[in-house]
Amino acid sequence: MVRKTAARPAATDAPERLDHALLDAEWPEQLYRVLKAAQVRQVSYVPDAGHSALIRLFAADREVVSNVLTTEEEGIAIATGAWLGGSRSVLLLQSSGVGNCVNMLSLVTMTRTPLLMLVTMRGEWAEFNPWQVPMGLATAPVLTAMGIRVMRADTPRDLIETVESAAALAFEAEQQVAVLLSQRLLGRKKW
Amino acid sequence: MVTSVSSLDRREAVARLLARRDGLLVITGLGSPTYDAHAAGDHDGNFYLWGAMGSAALIGLGLAQAQPDRTVVAITGDGEQLMGLGGLATIAISNPSNLVIIVIDNDHFGETGMQKSHTGHGLDLATVAQSCGFAEACTVRDMAGVEQVARALHSPASGARFFAIKVRAENPPRSLPARDAVYIKNRFRAHLGLGTI
Repeated sequence: MVRKTAARPAATDAPERLDHALLDAEWPEQLYRVLKAAQVRQVSYVPDAGHSALIRLFAADREVVSNVLTTEEEGIAIATGAWLGGSRSVLLLQSSGVGNCVNMLSLVTMTRTPLLMLVTMRGEWAEFNPWQVPMGLATAPVLTAMGIRVMRADTPRDLIETVESAAALAFEAEQQVAVLLSQRLLGRKKW
Repeated sequence: MVTSVSSLDRREAVARLLARRDGLLVITGLGSPTYDAHAAGDHDGNFYLWGAMGSAALIGLGLAQAQPDRTVVAITGDGEQLMGLGGLATIAISNPSNLVIIVIDNDHFGETGMQKSHTGHGLDLATVAQSCGFAEACTVRDMAGVEQVARALHSPASGARFFAIKVRAENPPRSLPARDAVYIKNRFRAHLGLGTI
């Protein structure tokens, strides 16, 4: 089923036309391919339902090292060590975990280390759990306050193009980038 | 009056650990461990932290995974490692045999006025590391023990190793490396043959 989206300008530099119906169902696989094409070799995560398919794909990939974390800030440090050693990495986390990273983000901005964070959003769209709301509201401002570039994807197509762009910014321009995966994109959690 | 359970001099201990490099890559935690490593001799294979408390061991993990053929040593303090206790659990899952975590443990937060730390209140970091699943974890309290740790840095291992070195609680004169983290990063990467962007 084609997701209804607001009219948007056609991407002039898209390498190929994306099949939107397929993408709606298979965006985690597309995301995996984008990250592989960006030569990501290390993945760190605190699990989130929105990341579960991607986590499974990386766990099955013998070329990629996966690290499950006790708290998200560990992933900032691992990404720094990875880059010191010549590896590209990605950090998967939920919006609540961004709050756990604040001081540790100084590590990547001070060292100008590439950082690619994929943040699944809670507390912003049809949220059932009020406890998710404060950090959902604060996610983008907190990242911005720490000098991290914030990009956002509201549709699967947006997501693939945004992550391609974010990976290039991170690894080729040594930028620190967080891509927020909107809760609307991820869908309503069933309680 | 600060009480110490060890009379070991931290500078002597770290100097002994780093006397033979043979390709060791070294990450140092903020505060005294950074000064200790710098005092032992500045080196392109040293990455010094001046902040980001709690990160040293996990930077070591990311680096060890990226450079599996090099031995990576994270040298930090008890206060820094206590802030990253969960990181020991994360490291032990991957358990890289080329990673060694060394805590220079003076039982105190030395940089901020020598307040007693959790290890000063009895917490045993080596037991925590062992419980997390490190291949080897122990505490040493004298120069003979430091010699054993120094030899271990150049010996094969079956997984990640953790050593706590109990030292005297004191602040030797500071030995300050560059605070420009981009410079230190690029110098470190160049040491590994990696370019800048």
